[in-house]
Amino acid sequence: MKTVLATSAALEKFVLTSRSHDPRSTALLAGARDLGITTIYDITVSDLVFVAADPEAAARQVLHDVLHDVLVEPLLQVGQWVSRLEDEDVHRPDSRVIESTLLPGVTDPVAAEIMRVAQRAGIDLQGVATGRRFVVQGAITNDQLERLAAKLLANPIIERWSIDAPIEPSFVPRDGEMSSVTEQLAFDASATLVSLEQINRARGLALDPAELLAIRDHFVTRGRLPTDVEVETIAQTWSEHCSHKTFRARIVLDGVERTDTLLGQLRQSTKQLHRPFVVSAFDGNAGVIRFDEHRTYALKCETHNHPSAVEPFGGANTGVGGVIRDVLGADHHPIAITDVLCFGEPTTTFDELPEGSLHPRRVRDGVVAGVADYGNKIGLPTVAGAVVYDRGYVANPLVYAGCIGVASDWQPPQRPEPGDRCVVLGGRTGRDGIRGATFSSMTMDATTGDVAGASVQIGDPIVEKLLIDALAEARGVYRSITDCGAGGLSSAIGEMAEGVGAHIDVARVPLKYPGLAAWEVWLSEAQERMVVAIDPQQLARFVGICARHEVEATDIGSFTGDAVLHVVANGETVLQLDTKFLHDGRPQRRMDALAQHPQRAASEPVPTAVGQRSIGDLLLALLAHPNIASKESIIRRYDHEIRGAAMQRPLVGVQGDGPGDGTVLVEPGEQHGIAIGIGVSPFTGETDAERMAWLVIDEAIRNVVAVGADPSQIALLDNFSWGDPRRATTLGQLVAAVDGCVAAAAHYAAPFVSGKDSLNNEWVDCDDTRRSVPPTLVITAVGRVPDAHIVVGADAKEAGNLLVMLGRTASQWCGSHAARIVEADGTIVPAPDGAAPQRYAAVHQLMKANLLRACHDPSEGGLAVAVAEMLIGGRLGARMHAPPSDINAHTWWFAESPARLIVEIYPSNLDAVRAALIDDVHVVATLTSEVTLQINDDSIALGALIEAFRGAPQ
Amino acid sequence: MTAPLASILTAPGTNRDADVAFALQLAGFRTEQLDVRQIGDARQPLRDSAAVVVAGGFSYADALGAGRLFALELQYVLHDTLQDAIQRGVPVLGICNGFQVLVRLGILPGAGQQAALGHNESGQFACQWVRLAAPLSRCVWTSGLTDGVDCPIAHGEGRFACDDTTWSSLVANEQIALQYASHNPNGSRGDVAGICDPTGLVLGLMPHPENHVLAHQHPQHSRNHDQPARLGLELLRNGRLHAIA
Repeated sequence: MKTVLATSAALEKFVLTSRSHDPRSTALLAGARDLGITTIYDITVSDLVFVAADPEAAARQVLHDVLHDVLVEPLLQVGQWVSRLEDEDVHRPDSRVIESTLLPGVTDPVAAEIMRVAQRAGIDLQGVATGRRFVVQGAITNDQLERLAAKLLANPIIERWSIDAPIEPSFVPRDGEMSSVTEQLAFDASATLVSLEQINRARGLALDPAELLAIRDHFVTRGRLPTDVEVETIAQTWSEHCSHKTFRARIVLDGVERTDTLLGQLRQSTKQLHRPFVVSAFDGNAGVIRFDEHRTYALKCETHNHPSAVEPFGGANTGVGGVIRDVLGADHHPIAITDVLCFGEPTTTFDELPEGSLHPRRVRDGVVAGVADYGNKIGLPTVAGAVVYDRGYVANPLVYAGCIGVASDWQPPQRPEPGDRCVVLGGRTGRDGIRGATFSSMTMDATTGDVAGASVQIGDPIVEKLLIDALAEARGVYRSITDCGAGGLSSAIGEMAEGVGAHIDVARVPLKYPGLAAWEVWLSEAQERMVVAIDPQQLARFVGICARHEVEATDIGSFTGDAVLHVVANGETVLQLDTKFLHDGRPQRRMDALAQHPQRAASEPVPTAVGQRSIGDLLLALLAHPNIASKESIIRRYDHEIRGAAMQRPLVGVQGDGPGDGTVLVEPGEQHGIAIGIGVSPFTGETDAERMAWLVIDEAIRNVVAVGADPSQIALLDNFSWGDPRRATTLGQLVAAVDGCVAAAAHYAAPFVSGKDSLNNEWVDCDDTRRSVPPTLVITAVGRVPDAHIVVGADAKEAGNLLVMLGRTASQWCGSHAARIVEADGTIVPAPDGAAPQRYAAVHQLMKANLLRACHDPSEGGLAVAVAEMLIGGRLGARMHAPPSDINAHTWWFAESPARLIVEIYPSNLDAVRAALIDDVHVVATLTSEVTLQINDDSIALGALIEAFRGAPQ
Repeated sequence: MTAPLASILTAPGTNRDADVAFALQLAGFRTEQLDVRQIGDARQPLRDSAAVVVAGGFSYADALGAGRLFALELQYVLHDTLQDAIQRGVPVLGICNGFQVLVRLGILPGAGQQAALGHNESGQFACQWVRLAAPLSRCVWTSGLTDGVDCPIAHGEGRFACDDTTWSSLVANEQIALQYASHNPNGSRGDVAGICDPTGLVLGLMPHPENHVLAHQHPQHSRNHDQPARLGLELLRNGRLHAIA
């Protein structure tokens, strides 16, 4: 490989510091305290820019002036050029200095922009890199300084650093060629499971024994050895992530083989429901529904768990980017983002952290920043979500990102036709996201020796924004489209070529930097890329549209018609596979499951420790519980207003700080819209996963019904994050959850249109015990809101009105937050309520008749918490009525029975409500202008409720 | 009579262009999008513009600081065309990222006054609704908005800062066009949410009036039927009244 810089190039450093207090310092100092480093009193931050340029003095002055002008806001910042050699600033008697910079190969948009600015000014730079300098004041040991750098100031996955010495930046050339190295792998007739297993492990292929043998037999029949490109491609295509082996497996439950696969069950349930609004379910990149004649919505939710555990910002960032591309791949225009985040408890101590894990607070802050960065910059509102804290997520956080898109006069996707060109567009390809295990065994070249892109992906939302704009203009010009997600080009083109065949030259794929092997180019998960199939006659037009939007579009081959996927690199064949073998050659898994046998009594006693606490005391403790307390500090970092469509937001009420239920989007200028709701309840799955599925489906549906969705027009998305399904008990929980999903979908007549599973969410503790995340089913509900005017919100509106609860309450306590607070738990997961669909239909009619002033769904914490939330939203008080005589007060106020809604009505409308609902109508409170909550014998000031709800550690 | 033309200036990463186009059309404009990447090809950009709006977003990903690269590009492609338009009496509006751009260009506060928009005091992006008051000023966009405007903010770099000399002249010249009336969300000096130039034709503001042009966009639409609407649309209608026919 060529040297990156001319040896004569001079390296210079620009140091940019804030004139007044930099808010980053406060956050870093707090972070240091969290690490147990309490003797330092200040950490100041400066941004660094490294420039390698022509050493000629005159040009250098121009360069200095131009960049100073662009980089510095003189009123707020001070900028200074230092020659690297003269930089004495890192040796200070009274403080310690850490400088960091990105590892080579990590996307650095700032450096790219500086390069562009310089070019614009006619200055030819040979390299630009960025970094940061931290000056630490106060007593600190060398060990502490190392820890500070590795755990707080820099992320070893994407950055490196130096202590008390200037950091050497790394420059990576932008353009480059692929190396054409391929190897043949020993899948020959003499290969045994032992030898194949060695290859499997060394390359991190994650193939089952039966699959290794199937690959061997295939190539033995063909009389040749496979290349690394072929085996890697098969491993990707057959991976759990891409092929859903478990959801397509034959399952033997307690010794009895089930007739259908899990995926088959879900598909079948949607088919049997025959809902007219389902346009496309479980097919392609996203589910597609239609609520009116000309417009369709594409719905999709994905997980990005492992990447977020390693590099929270980048993982969450690219999770959002990826799901947006799913919607683009379904040929819809993205309009909104959702996120559901599961973290370890913020109070986790460092001693409790498994070795190598980031602290849950750092994970949370990074994930939230990553979601915010992508969503805000790409210009899509992040409108709905949930945040769940549980010990089970300490080492394995879960990040679900969803996207909704819209299209007019959408046509089902076409298949590529023989002769069509294959075009890759968007970002360039680097080593991003290639499996770390495989990558670390490769020999690197000198300059990219520590290229880090391997296991982490970094997003560039502006590149994807340009992609959206270009595709919006080019719709109809291309024949078919798909996104590059997991497996990169191998998976995208592999899917498109199914049954058609394609001839691809990977050497034509534009690269970020040189030195990638063919299989790396083919498998890279570099972000912001799409693939289209296009009639050759339309190619020039398409490339022209892309060019206008500054989107790189490159013709890399064609679709052939011979049903063979053929990949060449610089004229040499590196892959030649029948698409039939690639897609259908995987032997079906047969897996054993052990059924759950949950207790399902109609009631159980109130947990003793719950019953011992006073009602008021429990209520305040619940409002402060991290799962219930305000998520405002997260929500406010997301732009939920862009596009002007958010009509019901995640926060509601007089001060905009009361929690809402679902969110409602109404396109400006229209009178109807959609509601989005989320259900998640991971605290019940280990006990009774079937009922958990009922609970979360009910919760998601109640969310949207509460904000005006028509209960007969709701579609669902399922997302399962589970532990290793090869453990029979874990698979048993998964089977139970799918059974629950199918039954509940039928009961509510709400079809699933898309879903995704993320299995193997486990880690190994220091003592070698494997721990799994709790079974976490996230349901997204999207329903039609027929009339924007009927949406009332969850905040209480007017003193004198009544709060009426619709539904039944049972003494079943498993998973309840009242029990969690006193460190108890019940044994019975709340039962579904068969009457729920009729109740929701009646509530919808009451809304349409304008008889409701507010509507809220009691969930975590139960009835008392729900009423308190309505009061916080409305800044009103309430006198709570006594519970019915046949029910225990603690059960009444704190049980988390599903299928209940609280509505606010004028007292004069009570009869109309009773007439509409027939039974299970309970007046629970009268709203008062005196701002206290009178409950039992307690009287709690509204201010105390607000303080508990908002003041909890965020 | 055809509606006057509002030209919306955009760059890669601008993302509230569609919102502001919808709002301007509702206010009686026709709109065109002028992207910095294409302005160079236009023969006489802004020749037919009755108003110019620099739209919000994350131009160039805020890579070197909010609005800086967009401002730099506009200098390259427009030279003095924007200043010439202002001299002709064309009202100009910069929203959020557009405000940051106009400040970087020196058009705001104008007349050599020094101001900047720094990181929010919280150090974080913030999205929330605010109430804006329009004090007596020379700004054509905010005249007569006695009830004020309710609309959302969505920014990370909106803290208005200036030196004391500039502050005195802004006050003396009646260039403070909008102030946060509910609470100050970003630490701006003097609660400033928007300022105008000495001619009163150019307004820059951090909040997004284009996201409150319909009554139901207000988060409390279902509770306060007796309150004034405080639509951001009124601000754009003012621009329409002053637009060059």
